[in-house]
Amino acid sequence: MFIINCPYCGEREQSEFKAGGEAHIERPKQPTELSDDQWAEYLFMRKNIKGIQFERWVHVHGCRKWFNMVRDTTNDQIHAVYKMGEKPPIK
Amino acid sequence: MKNKYSIFSLFKNALTDHENWQRAWRDPEPKKEYDAIIVGGGGHGLATAYYLAKKHNMRNIAVLEKGWIGGGNTGRNTTIIRSNYLWDASAGLYDHALKIWEGLSQELNYNVMFSQRGVMNLAHNLQDVRDLKRRTHANRLNGVDAVWLSTEEVKKFCPIINTSPNIRYPVLGGTLQKRAGTARHDAVAWGYARGADEMGVDIIQNCEVKGIKRNGDTVEGLETTKGFIKTKKIGVVAAGHSSVIANMAGLKLPLESKPLQALVSEPVKPIIDTVVMSNAVHAYLSQSDKGELVIGAGTDDYVSYSQKGSHDIVEGTLHAILELYPIFSRMRMLRQWGGIVDICPDASPIISKTSIKGLYFNCGWGTGGFKATPGSGDLFAHTIANDEPHKLNAAFNINRFVSGDLVDEHGAAAVAH
Repeated sequence: MFIINCPYCGEREQSEFKAGGEAHIERPKQPTELSDDQWAEYLFMRKNIKGIQFERWVHVHGCRKWFNMVRDTTNDQIHAVYKMGEKPPIK
Repeated sequence: MKNKYSIFSLFKNALTDHENWQRAWRDPEPKKEYDAIIVGGGGHGLATAYYLAKKHNMRNIAVLEKGWIGGGNTGRNTTIIRSNYLWDASAGLYDHALKIWEGLSQELNYNVMFSQRGVMNLAHNLQDVRDLKRRTHANRLNGVDAVWLSTEEVKKFCPIINTSPNIRYPVLGGTLQKRAGTARHDAVAWGYARGADEMGVDIIQNCEVKGIKRNGDTVEGLETTKGFIKTKKIGVVAAGHSSVIANMAGLKLPLESKPLQALVSEPVKPIIDTVVMSNAVHAYLSQSDKGELVIGAGTDDYVSYSQKGSHDIVEGTLHAILELYPIFSRMRMLRQWGGIVDICPDASPIISKTSIKGLYFNCGWGTGGFKATPGSGDLFAHTIANDEPHKLNAAFNINRFVSGDLVDEHGAAAVAH
């Protein structure tokens, strides 16, 4: 359990949020031209990183807005929170 | 040659205060080269090594374990064994395992305490009733035993369940698989380790894999904390860390690793002689031979390798337990822990070759791998030895995520993922 600093509401308990998985997976621009391999990559394949991961969260029991987060998956420490469409503040 | 465990060996060793028991397995240093290496010394990995040696006569093999054997999810699960899955491919896979479980203690000469006490799945709403009845029919068509129980029959089978129509999620019936049950999880790892060791398999603990050496599309060996080990075949059975190992070979897997929690209560006298699972309210419960209630909670929805889960997951499970079993309202919980489970998008495992020659993966068991341990090891050993899947695990290949031929067991896995 940890505290998440929602960019719209401030610090709230993690149970108010829902994780949305890996961030920065772009929706295919030309879906009709995708091969099966590319669809598999887009839909199913995940980095599933042990360490610093970029991911999406939604404040489902709050403002219901989506945002991005940088979190260390080895100890659940959050390094940054940033809004959708923004560039990650750390590399 | 290992001494046989029996009532006589117990008696003989009692005379010397149990100080002269033979070591169950050796503690070898890695050789320079093996015919095959299994990465991960959990139940599935040790079973794979055992069947590679036993059925495929591959004796020059090793199991590498970064910690101690059985210290990961093998020692962290709630020990439930059943095979009442919906789809044909899954029924084939899990019932294959269940059939091996039935003779495993004798085969290994190691008491894995397999207890066919039955597993009951409860229905709490009309959709549950429809789904579970459908699954019962599907199971019976596949030769897997299953019966539908009415609310009264549920109460008769397990009297401590609150079947009042006035609770928030009343019990509308359930299914029962009588051949299902539980086993002692540690004993499964130890039994397979002892059996594999006897056939010459090197079980190397405290040896972490750091890299996979490749020559083009063929594996050449493993970089480990105990140096480089040459091999032509690598079978990865690393559960929550599968993606980490895949990454070393430049592969991406369709997995997300998430914390799954369980807890046990203080030990009490026998009160529940079966396993009861409830998907809708997410609570499952059994009682260990020591007397502890063994309670399985759910997974968190975020990726984490921390082996810790959120408090609200445990709280939600205990709410459900208390409503279904008011008798436990004053029970105290003794311990709570988490394991990292690798979940596939279709909640079915991957037992497969990969695009790299000599690299095989057995992963994606998610929240329910323990029950499959013997079958998983047997089929993975077949896949590694023959470089071809067995017909029972052909559907569980990694290419199903490209072809779209998924084995969707989300609903039928009987607990929410």
